[in-house]
Parts: sequence; C-alpha cells; structure tokens
Amino acid sequence: MKSVVKQEFQGLNGDEAVALAVKQSDVDVVAAYPITPQTIIVEKLSEYVANGEVETEYVCTESEHSAMAACLAASATGARVFTATASAGLALMHEMLFVTSGCRAPVVMAVANRALSAPLNIHGDHSDAMAERDSGWIQIYAENAQEVYDSTIQAFRIAEHLDVQLPVMVGLDGFIVSHTLENVRVLEDDVVKEFVKTRQFPVVLTHEGKTVPFKLDPDTPMTMGPVALQNYYFEFKRQQEEAMKNALEVIEQIHAEYAQLTGRSYGDGLIEKYKTEDAEIVIICVGSTAGTVKTVVDELRNSGVKAGLLRIRTYRPFPVKELVERLGKVKAVAVMDRSMSFGGNGGAVFHEVRHGLYDAASHPYIVNYIYGLGGRDTSPTQIRKIFEDLQKMLQTKQIGDLVRYVGLRE
Amino acid sequence: MTSKEKTWKEASPAGVCWKSSRTYLTGDWKTYTPVRDVAKCTKCLQCTIFCPDGAIHWNEGKGDIEFDLNFCKGCGICANECPPKAIVMKIE
Repeated sequence: MKSVVKQEFQGLNGDEAVALAVKQSDVDVVAAYPITPQTIIVEKLSEYVANGEVETEYVCTESEHSAMAACLAASATGARVFTATASAGLALMHEMLFVTSGCRAPVVMAVANRALSAPLNIHGDHSDAMAERDSGWIQIYAENAQEVYDSTIQAFRIAEHLDVQLPVMVGLDGFIVSHTLENVRVLEDDVVKEFVKTRQFPVVLTHEGKTVPFKLDPDTPMTMGPVALQNYYFEFKRQQEEAMKNALEVIEQIHAEYAQLTGRSYGDGLIEKYKTEDAEIVIICVGSTAGTVKTVVDELRNSGVKAGLLRIRTYRPFPVKELVERLGKVKAVAVMDRSMSFGGNGGAVFHEVRHGLYDAASHPYIVNYIYGLGGRDTSPTQIRKIFEDLQKMLQTKQIGDLVRYVGLRE
Repeated sequence: MTSKEKTWKEASPAGVCWKSSRTYLTGDWKTYTPVRDVAKCTKCLQCTIFCPDGAIHWNEGKGDIEFDLNFCKGCGICANECPPKAIVMKIE
C-alpha cells in the first residue's frame, strides 16, 4: 500500500465537515434552504461564497422543493451541484427527489437525519431518509464526522460515475454527528480536487440524430425527462434499477481508491464488519449508534462473548449479497432501526436484512429493535441488554417478540 | 407496442428524446378541423400567433397562410381569435 497523503487534524462537527468537503470538491452550484440540524452546512457554505473562497454559485431558494428543483436544473446544464436538508425539508423535496433521480442528475445532498413531525421534534433519527428510500437516490449513512467528510467527497465521484449517474444522499445523525465537535483528518485542497476530478458525461442520441454529451447545451439541444406514458416509462425505471446495481461496485471501487489515498476505510464501503469473523451474536445497525455498539462489542469480547457488529453504510443500493456473505456463522442477529414503518412488522433496515437472509444457506434467529426515535439517547447498557437477549435466545431457542423497543417506557 | 420500440438497454437515459416531435403527428387527435373562408380572411396573421401548436404558417411563396393538419389538434383558438371570423370549426 502506498504511503498516505498529508492530512491535518481540524476540530469540526459533522455539518462543518460536510461544508469543508463541499468547498474542496469544486462544486459549481449550491441551492439550499436552511433547516435544523443541517443549518451549519449552508451557513458555512454561504460564508465561503461571501468570502470569495470558492467560485460556487449560491442560490437562496424559498423552500426545499425549489432548492431541489434548482439543483436539478443546474445539474442538467452540466454543473456539479450540492444541497443539504433534513426532516420536513427532505419531505418537502419528495416530489423533486424522484424527478432528479429520474433525470439522472448526479446531485449530492447531505441529510442531517432528523425526526418528522408530529409531535414536533428537531432531534436525530432516520425517519426522514428512510421515508425516501424508494426515491431512486443512493443512500450512504456515516458513523461520525470523519466519515461524513470522507463520504461527501466520495459521493461526487459515485454520483457522476458513467455507470451510475444517480443522485447521492449522505446521512449524518442529527445533532449526534451534525453538532458534535470531533477531530477530523482533513486533506489538502489540491488532493481533493484531483480525487473528485471534473464531471464526466455519458453520450446520448438526440432528436437531431447527434450523439452528444448528456447535458443541456444550446449548441446541442436535447429534451430531458419528457412525457413517457405506457409505451416507455417502464423502460426508463428499469434503467434506474440497473444504475443502482452498478452503484454497488462503483461505491466499493471509489471507497477503495480513497482508502488508498488516505489510509481510511469503512469496511468495503458498503458494509463495515466489526469482529464478526467468528461472531455468534451480531447487531446490525446504521449510523452513529455503531460507535456505541463497537464499545460494547469490545467489552463483551474481553469477557469471552463472541459478539460482533455489521454496520450498513450503504443502504441504497442495499448490499444483499455482501450481507449474506458476512453473516456466515452467526446464530442470532438483532437489527436496530432508528425509524418506524408503521404497521410494517419492523423497521426499514430489518425488512432488508430479513429479506436478504431468505436465500442464505443458514438462517440465524433475527429480531428487530426500534430505538432512539426523536433523538432519544441509546446507552451502552441498552446495547448490552440487546446482546444478552440474543444470548438468551440461543439458550432457550425461543425468539419471543419479533419487534422490540429500546428505551421506551412500557 | 410494436417491435420497433427500443428496449430499456437501447433507450437514452432520462427520457432524452431520440426522435424529433416533428415525426410525432398529433393531428389525428382532433375532432374539429378549421375551415377558412378565403374571401373573409384579411391575412392579419393573428391565427398564426395564437395557434398553440404552431400549426398555421405564413407561406412566403404563396403569399398566404396554410394550416398544417398533421399538427392541428382542433382546439378552435384560431377561429375564436380571428377578427373577421373567417375561420369556422367543422366536425371531422
């Protein structure tokens, strides 16, 4: 492995880490509307623009729906585009999320994951992004500020890859990651610029019979996202699914390239496994809670318990094959969900994992734990209890309740 | 659907149109057809401006307007806007 490039520590919270990554990634247009807990991102970016530190065009919009519309339009002209949002803001973008992915616009967006009203709550959970899992966006969830920084830089390469051409959401847990100051290793501007390169374009056949780069240009006019009824809509949706499949490989490739450069990696970029090689009981989770789980896994390992963690870093596309491979000899699994799918017999992550395991050679016990809604803290004691539940399951050979709640007053 | 339609592997992404709208004749959607009384027409060209489909043209050679029925959807706006009421809509 090559020696890694020079990096320096900076004290940054998750939001600041996003803003710095965007500043260094040669972004042409930012169109955004501030919302807690994402506000620091757009504040920082507007500061960079006001100070003349970047050449980015900053568009203040009147709503998130307009922000995403502006991002799509800018992206269609060939610009590299970024925006950020959370909670109600993401919900307001809902319609435009589908238009953006359908137009194959490689927009990158940070989502400071936050609960949805009502009751009103500004704190961290995954309800906002999980509600958009079918919007055709790639979803990457970071564990800490460092990973947020790294993932944002990687996101531009993933989104703009010729085999992908899809928008990417980078999730950071509201307040827990977005507002917590951490030591973040930061790359030099030139290194990031060289890594992200300039935007590439696939070629498309236009109505003039020309094969031209896929972007709006007065010299090579084209129509994007027109009406496609019973005769063609289906074909375009199938193309998006193919792009998602391609993304699995591309995310791994770009993650590996970045790891080579910086010395940092998060599993294979899709799933991070922590002490799972010989694990019998495993927690699967998404986002910042993985940090707490790792601490508990270390403790349990010291006392001889074969515990492990699988952190789903890439939720869309969902790495089913990789998950099944990594679960190998595991006997009992607890899937943690920081959002609810009301009436769905478990949360969104649980559904994916359990669905994926149907084709596995062996089937571990698998249960779901809903936790941390509205920013409720999840302690090491609670994680320990989950592992104890799994051990008990192995002893008694009884699953018990399929869906449980962590830290809820019963 | 005919076999000439592209598969998902062949079609351009994002619905980028590989054919011009000129090849997509929308004139057969109409129920009513504009019929002009040449004697009444003052060639003021209001109809060419108001036609939402650009289906009425000024033909320089003929020194007259002409209807492109391949694209006229029969909406009747030309008849409504015509100052001397030289256009009437007739059922096809």
